[in-house]
Amino acid sequence: MAEIFVLAEHRQGQLRDITFEMLTKARELAEKTNADLTAVLLGKNVREHAKNLVEYAKRVLLVEDDKLEHFNSDAYQKVLSHIFKERKPILTVIGHTSYGVELAPRLAAALNVPLATDCIDLAFEGDALTVTRQMYGGKVNVKAVLRKAEGYMVTVRQAAFQVQKPPTPSNGEIEEIPSPLTEEITTKRFLQYVLPPPGGVDITAAEVLVGIGRGIKDQSNIPIVEELAKSIGGVLACSRPIVDKGWLPSDRQVGISGKTVKPKLYIALGISGAFQHVLGMKNSDLIIAVNKDPKAPIFSFSDYGIVEDLFKIVPPLRNKINELKAQKT
Amino acid sequence: MDIIVCVKHVPETAEAELKIDASGKTIEKTGLVFDINEWDDYALEEAVRIKEKFSGTVTAITVGPEDSDSTLRKCLARGADKAIRLTDLKFTNSDAYATAKILYSIIKNLHFDLILTGAQAGDDGSAVVGPVLAGLLGVPHATMVKKIEFGEGKAVVNRELEGGLEERLEVKLPAVFTVQTGINEPRYVSIMGIRKAMQKEIRVMGLADIGLNESEVGEAGSWLKIEKLYVPPVEKQAEFLQGSPDEIATKIIEILKSRGLV
Ligand SMILES: Cc1cc2nc3c(=O)[nH]c(=O)nc-3n(C[C@H](O)[C@H](O)[C@H](O)COP(=O)(O)OP(=O)(O)OC[C@H]3O[C@@H](n4cnc5c(N)ncnc54)[C@H](O)[C@@H]3O)c2cc1C
Repeated sequence: MAEIFVLAEHRQGQLRDITFEMLTKARELAEKTNADLTAVLLGKNVREHAKNLVEYAKRVLLVEDDKLEHFNSDAYQKVLSHIFKERKPILTVIGHTSYGVELAPRLAAALNVPLATDCIDLAFEGDALTVTRQMYGGKVNVKAVLRKAEGYMVTVRQAAFQVQKPPTPSNGEIEEIPSPLTEEITTKRFLQYVLPPPGGVDITAAEVLVGIGRGIKDQSNIPIVEELAKSIGGVLACSRPIVDKGWLPSDRQVGISGKTVKPKLYIALGISGAFQHVLGMKNSDLIIAVNKDPKAPIFSFSDYGIVEDLFKIVPPLRNKINELKAQKT
Repeated sequence: MDIIVCVKHVPETAEAELKIDASGKTIEKTGLVFDINEWDDYALEEAVRIKEKFSGTVTAITVGPEDSDSTLRKCLARGADKAIRLTDLKFTNSDAYATAKILYSIIKNLHFDLILTGAQAGDDGSAVVGPVLAGLLGVPHATMVKKIEFGEGKAVVNRELEGGLEERLEVKLPAVFTVQTGINEPRYVSIMGIRKAMQKEIRVMGLADIGLNESEVGEAGSWLKIEKLYVPPVEKQAEFLQGSPDEIATKIIEILKSRGLV
C-alpha cells in the first residue's frame, strides 16, 4: 500500500499545531490517492504524542531514542533515510518551520527526492505533484509541478491548512521502529534553548496596537506614530525589519518569530503584509491598514484599507482623536 | 578564516507594482530596481566582521546574469576580497536545488572555513540553497542563524525558532550557515569603497568551466518547474476609505466611535 508520511513536529513536550495542519491536508490527499496516512514521530519519551496522533493517522511510526531528545537535523536525517529506504513513501510532508527548513532540503537532496518548500496548497494530478507557493512577499502566487519521481517531499506553510479532526477517529496503530542511531551525532549538538529577554512591554495584553513597518522609513519618524498610539490609548508594535534595524525592541515584534496578538484594534502603518507578519495579527477584531501600494497583501487581511502615504493620514487622525478627547473632558 | 558568501541579485518588490509577463511564468523585470537579497546582505556583513576579527578572506559568489555584477560590486565595496559570477544561458530556469549544484561545483575547488548565505531569498523564498550546498559538500549546516561564536574547530550558533525562542547549537567547522535578518547591522558603503571596488576583477565562469552537465542545471536539473504565476485570490478584501486625508481621518474616527474604541 502506498504511504503518505507526515513528520510530527514537537518541542518541549508539545506537539506543534503544524503537525495537525499537515495531517488534515495529507488525509485529503491520502483519500484521493488511496494511500495510507502515516505519521512519523521521532523523539525521547514521546509515546503520549503517538496516542494523540493515531486519532488522525492510519499508523504512527515511532522511533524513540535518547539521542532524539532535542531536534537535530543530522540525527533526523539518519533515522528518516533509514525508514524511507524501506517504505518509499509517495509523499512526505514536513512543516515549513525552523525545524523543517533545517531538515528537508538536505534530506531531499540526499534521498534524491524532489522537494517544494513553503507550499500553501498541493494536489496530485495523476502521478505528478502540483504545488502552490508564493513569491515576492506574497504579491504573486505560483503554480509549479515537481519533477516526476516515485516519491515527493514538501514543506508546508504554517496555518495554510485548517485543522479538522477525521469524522471518526482513525484509531491507527503504533508501529515501533528500533532506532538506527548507533552513535552520538557529533557534527551538530544541541546545547540549550535561549528565551527572549524578559520584561519590556507586553503587546499581547494591549487592546489597541499601532503596528509600524518599513514604510516608516526612518527611526526619526517614530515619535509621529508614537503620538498617535498615545492619543488613541494604544501601544506601538512593529514588523520585523523595525526590530532588525534596532528601532524598536524585539518585544514589540508581531509575527511568526515575534508575538501573536489579538487586540480590539490593529492599525498597520506601512506594513506590506508578508505572511510571517500576518500570522501574528490576522485574528485582531478590527484591522485598519494604511499603505501607499494598492496591491499590498495587507489589504486582503484588513477590514478597512487606506491607499495613502501614512505621513498624510497619521497627523490629522491624531488631531481628531485629541479634539474628541478634549470635547469629552 | 576563509569565508565564502553566496549572494543573489533580486528585484525590490515591496513597493513596486508587479506585472506578470506574457509567458505567464515570470514577472516583468523592466523598471524594477535590483539589489542584494536582504538576507544575503546580513550574511555578507557577518562574513566581513568575522574577517576583520580573525583575518582571512571573503569571497562573494553569485549565480546570475551580467546585471548581478552590481550586487557583487556592493560586496566588494563592503569588504569582500574576491567575487565570482556564474553565468550561462543554460542556467536559465534553475531552481534553488539546481543553483546549489552550480555553487557546489565551483566551491568544491576552493578553500573555505565557513560558508554564509541568506536564510532565504526575498523573491522565491525557497530557503533551500544553503542546506543543500552543505549536503553536497559533506559539511555540517545550521539555518536561520542569529549569532555566531567561534571555538577550536567549531562554532556555537543561535538558531531562530518560532515566537522569539532560539536554540544554541555547537557545529563543527567547516560549515554552512544561513543567516537570519537582524544578526548585525549592515554597514553603509563609502564612495571611496565603491570607487575602489570598481577596479576589482569579477571572475566570470560558465557551465563548461565548472564541469557540470547540461542536464544538471536549468529546468532539467531542477526539482520545480513553474507552470504559471497569478495574482493571489483575495479572501477578504478591505473596504477602502476614500477622500482627502482629512476626510479619511474623519471616516476612521466614525468607525472607531461605532465600535466604542474612542
Ligand atoms: C523565518 C522568517 C521569520 C519572519 N518573522 C517575521 C515576524 O515575526 N514578523 C514580521 O513582521 N516579519 C517577519 N519576517 C519578515 C517578513 O518576511 C517580511 O520581510 C516583513 O514582515 C516585511 O516587513 P514590512 O512589511 O515592514 O516591510 P516591507 O515588506 O518592505 O513593506 C513596507 C511597506 O510599506 C509601504 N510604504 C512605504 N512607504 C510608505 C508610506 N510613506 N506610507 C504608507 N505606506 C508606505 C510599502 O508600500 C510596503 O508595502 C520573517 C521572515 C522569515 C524568513
